[in-house]
Amino acid sequence: MSDLSPTEDLSPTGPTEIDTPRRIVEMDSHTINFGPQHPAAHGVLRLILEMKGEVVERADPHIGLLHRGTEKLIEYKTYLQALPYFDRLDYVSPMCMEHAFALGTERLLGIDKDIPERAQYIRVMFAELTRILNHLLNVTTYALDCGAITPALWGFEQREHLLEMYEMTSGSHYHANYFRPGGVAKDIPAALTPKIEAWMAQFPAFLDELERLLTGNRIFKQRTVDIGVMTAEQAMAWGFSGPCLRASGMAWDLRKSQPYDVYDRMQFDIPVGRNGDCYDRYLVRMQEMRQSMRIVRQCLDQMKPGPVKILDNKIVPPSRGTMKRSMEALIHHFKLYTEGYHVPAGSTYTVTEAPKGEFGVYLVSDGTNKPYRCKIRAPGFAHLQAMEELSKGHMLADAVSIIGSLDIVFGEIDR
Amino acid sequence: MVDALESDIRASLGDRLPVEFSRARYGAELVLHATRESLLPLMLLLRDTPSLDFAQLMDVCGVDWPERPERFDVVYNLLSLTRNARVTVIVPTDESLPVPSVAPIWPTAIWFERETWDMYGVVFAGLADLRRLLTDYGFEGHPLRKDFPLTGFVEVRYDEEAGRVVQEPVKLTQDFRSFDFMSPWEAMTSLPGDEKVHLNRLPTPEPAKTEGDKP
Repeated sequence: MSDLSPTEDLSPTGPTEIDTPRRIVEMDSHTINFGPQHPAAHGVLRLILEMKGEVVERADPHIGLLHRGTEKLIEYKTYLQALPYFDRLDYVSPMCMEHAFALGTERLLGIDKDIPERAQYIRVMFAELTRILNHLLNVTTYALDCGAITPALWGFEQREHLLEMYEMTSGSHYHANYFRPGGVAKDIPAALTPKIEAWMAQFPAFLDELERLLTGNRIFKQRTVDIGVMTAEQAMAWGFSGPCLRASGMAWDLRKSQPYDVYDRMQFDIPVGRNGDCYDRYLVRMQEMRQSMRIVRQCLDQMKPGPVKILDNKIVPPSRGTMKRSMEALIHHFKLYTEGYHVPAGSTYTVTEAPKGEFGVYLVSDGTNKPYRCKIRAPGFAHLQAMEELSKGHMLADAVSIIGSLDIVFGEIDR
Repeated sequence: MVDALESDIRASLGDRLPVEFSRARYGAELVLHATRESLLPLMLLLRDTPSLDFAQLMDVCGVDWPERPERFDVVYNLLSLTRNARVTVIVPTDESLPVPSVAPIWPTAIWFERETWDMYGVVFAGLADLRRLLTDYGFEGHPLRKDFPLTGFVEVRYDEEAGRVVQEPVKLTQDFRSFDFMSPWEAMTSLPGDEKVHLNRLPTPEPAKTEGDKP
């Protein structure tokens, strides 16, 4: 906090000359350093706020405090080794990050038509469970920013159930490394389906209770309604996508308009907001969780037994059992985990509808076993950039609720 | 769908701008190759032609090709919501010649161009705010260039005596190892002295399956 003293120019020892008439100028503008270690900054955001009184004049986000050089590291790893880096981008929705890279690699390999149906269903199902996982964290911590503590306590219990499903399937709570080019790493365990069923039986009631706490809550609405309004034109110019774009009234969802995997077989609605304010962004996310439930239900109903990865052992490893008996399988295994597979030269910009918006991977291959360039397009990057546009003229406390409503996670923004 | 998009863009372009068309990912993605001079008129045309309506700029990034005279590609990924189509625009440039900034057309380009400057050192003309974005305050160099080492040049640690974080040159206890995985068994299709094998061999129907057919 630099010049935070409004009485600076009132001091008698100022540089005033004797013969000029004494003038008193009240300078009430000051700069606040918001973050990088502030709980409401959702990570390591350093926001330089130029304030006029308690009103935000200018907001300049400084990012990069979590920059780990993911894109550079991926250039030095094989395609299979590059995949785990994606879990660490948006660590709130790991599997949706893997999804984009797996799809991009498959498209460059030319095997995107051969992915087994069961693998596609599993991916869609986990992508939707991940969406609920993400929205649960965002909505509840957003409420926490606005002063409501109970939703966060309740929401984390539900998240824990979902993370247990992650652990049952992939062996890891967060960094799943489960979606692979060519399918998924392994089939889902038999105990998963009853667990999802049991969880789905109680989750709508939880959502109702959460809505009862927040949707009509007077304090929550005072903090969010008409705060951070983004019109549809503004949202498009600032590169918004996902719930933030839909809250501004655009019915745009990549799962519907450019479907991947088996999203074209799923029946679901796109919730759309009307005003583009913080409250609408919250409402859209609440409705999306209910729609995700529908998709998970359809996946469970339609999924049939079958292989979960393509059969080409040049791309996916052979099973452990065949490796013990077959020389070919042993060679394949060795080659895959040392050299990896060579991807034909080409480029693709592959996008998925991640929980936060359009998550894109621009992948350039030069025919070797490592990506030549892997640019990660994070939705939060574009959203955070509009911070000044959104918060100008609002109070300092509103800047906090705007940050919460944008769903910022620094893993993906800083990369 | 890509064919219709290409013919529509060709029709609205006429022969006013030197733009080349190509396809990526087995013909499924349309790529336009523009020059620095033709970039801004092309972008305005793509955004403002009602039948195209590429209202959203989703991504800007750089790609480094050190062996080329103009070593950088600046890649723009555009999205049209009404047409439900995507197009990639690529502009080649080098370290010194600036690319016109598209920030006046799409404000979202500011951070993406700042990032490209930070990572590659591509200069954008007309961008008011050409600060670094992702790297540290006072960082030197452009880390995503191919000639920038993965380990970087400096490392930081907390100095007890100085009472602050200090920067020092990187000291590795073991050299960074980069293995050459371009296997000769796949790169060399004919071994020395064994050239005649191609005359006897039947054409393989599926190149990915050959190794698994042996008894």
